Amino acid sequence: MKHSIGSHPFTTPPVGAARVEKVAFQVFRLATYSILLAATLIFGIIFAKGSQTIFVREFPFVNVAFLTQSPETLHVFEHEGQRHELGDRAFRAYMEKRDNPTIKEESYVYSAGGIFPCIVGTFFLVVGSMAIALVVGISAAVFLNEYSRGGPLVELLRLAILNLAGVPSIVFGLFGFGLFVLFAPVFGAAPVVGSFSLPLGFCYLNFTGWGVSLLSGWFTLAFMVLPVVITASEESLKAVPKGFRDGSLALGATQWEAIRTNVLPYALPGILTSSILGIARVAGETAPIMFTAAYVVRDRLPWQVDKAVDVLFQGVMALPYHIYVVSSKIPQNEYTERVQFGTAFVFLAVVLSIALSSVILRNRMRARYRW
Amino acid sequence: MKTDTAAGSLTPVIPAIPAPPMIEVDAVDFYYGKSKALHNISLKIPAKQVTAFIGPSGCGKSTLLRCFNRMNDLIDGARIGQGEVRIQGVNIYDPQVDVIALRRQVGMVFQKSNPFPKSIYQNVSYGLELQGIADKKRLDVAVEKSLRGAALWDEVKDRLHSSALGLSGGQQQRLCIARAIAVEPSVILMDEPCSALDPIATSKVEELIQVLKKEYTIVIVTHSMQQAGRCSDQTAFFYIGKLIEVDATEKIFTQPGHQQTEDYITGRFG
Repeated sequence: MKHSIGSHPFTTPPVGAARVEKVAFQVFRLATYSILLAATLIFGIIFAKGSQTIFVREFPFVNVAFLTQSPETLHVFEHEGQRHELGDRAFRAYMEKRDNPTIKEESYVYSAGGIFPCIVGTFFLVVGSMAIALVVGISAAVFLNEYSRGGPLVELLRLAILNLAGVPSIVFGLFGFGLFVLFAPVFGAAPVVGSFSLPLGFCYLNFTGWGVSLLSGWFTLAFMVLPVVITASEESLKAVPKGFRDGSLALGATQWEAIRTNVLPYALPGILTSSILGIARVAGETAPIMFTAAYVVRDRLPWQVDKAVDVLFQGVMALPYHIYVVSSKIPQNEYTERVQFGTAFVFLAVVLSIALSSVILRNRMRARYRW
Repeated sequence: MKTDTAAGSLTPVIPAIPAPPMIEVDAVDFYYGKSKALHNISLKIPAKQVTAFIGPSGCGKSTLLRCFNRMNDLIDGARIGQGEVRIQGVNIYDPQVDVIALRRQVGMVFQKSNPFPKSIYQNVSYGLELQGIADKKRLDVAVEKSLRGAALWDEVKDRLHSSALGLSGGQQQRLCIARAIAVEPSVILMDEPCSALDPIATSKVEELIQVLKKEYTIVIVTHSMQQAGRCSDQTAFFYIGKLIEVDATEKIFTQPGHQQTEDYITGRFG
């Protein structure tokens, strides 16, 4: 028996529910694709515009000056029928050579030179703060997961960690400014007038603060990523089978020996993996360092110090803060855009390379311990 | 109250004059928080014999076993209410007892074989390295001796430095036994050591137990009646936290003194 289309129950025309289904599917699909669009736009534009600054047509194909020099003021002028765009130093040399001719010259701040001090500064900030965060964070996770036996104090600690994770970064910046920049203790031979001093016998502990310095920035950033590191470390410690601990203890290991030899080594790859997230955040945040560690401009590089200890007590330039400065603190023009996109490009590359090296480190560790 | 002296006439390996017991459990009550897990347990475990703990799940046999090397210390709220556990005459719950030293004397093999994800060699040398022994030659000798003692040497001598996780389940469990005897304990506790093993691996471990008892006092928790019957000299039957009966294994399996014991070993419950 033959059915005409529409009369058979399987060939009925679509009802309302089926049409809604089609619309719903398209809505969900578009929402998902918009993520791809956003990522493509962000990375595409930064790559396209940034590569104009970073790469050059002739050998060595990379704009070495941009990666190795300090930011300079750009001077644009016409002389003897030719248009010149010169950085500060080159401009002075040019003028001196020609006995300071009278020219019409426009200058654009930070638009010449490079961003080397910012790259170095960000590197110093990331390494120092992650070192502090990992030491404190892993220790805290070991305490919470291995030693503590619950109770109200531990609950309070967990609540504190959870809340710390929700604090906006600008609040960390202000907190770091108040605690580390203005108040943190420094060893001194004599008490400082006007600040609280603690006599230690052989010297004084003066609560004069560390100033705008690497040390202040390190601790501020470290406190900001601590919740990430602690949570990651705890998860990784929990993933280590209990049998390894029991096996060690039953052979006469103390708890610390068991943790050191048979728990932490297996948990470290996982801890590093999750800490990569922390690295990206430490490198990327502007707010926590703008009061504590970042300088708009600094001529000396971090290792150009008189005393070794001064390394800790100096401010640095940093990539995110430099982007902030060149994008919002100076007059905008065709020349600043070059610096903005170039810096953003380098910034992404630096974060990516730090993250990549921790991935490689993690994979090496994983290959060593597998269960 | 039955004692181990009766066992002498039944099992030829037991010396005619009873040796002083290796482990003495004296009226022990044990608690997990507020719940009482062991009720007034008294028991003597003779040296260089195999004592099996049997009973249905949750009867407290593993809890008692873990009292002997104080692994229960790690559990929140777990404590001995009253009574004493004496090993070689010393109350191991005395505050002066060093729990680390105790665990070197009382080794343990776990239900789930737990070799460390290190090499076979490192697994065996681990306990010795904890004691600060770093001399390579001394470690080599001890590792070989322990692996031979655990009947594993011939199977692994060519791959000592490859991962212990490449071994089969039965080999892993024997590696754990090798690891335990490397630190030369007096007692070896075994918590259902064969529950995850196939029959062939099980019989190898059981053969090994027969060899090991010449030098070590062995306490084994098992769910297998046959295993208790095959490899133990003395058997203790536990039921909901109480010690129902302890006697020579042959006697328990042929003429149990209690109805509950008989019901359990004949498979009527549990």
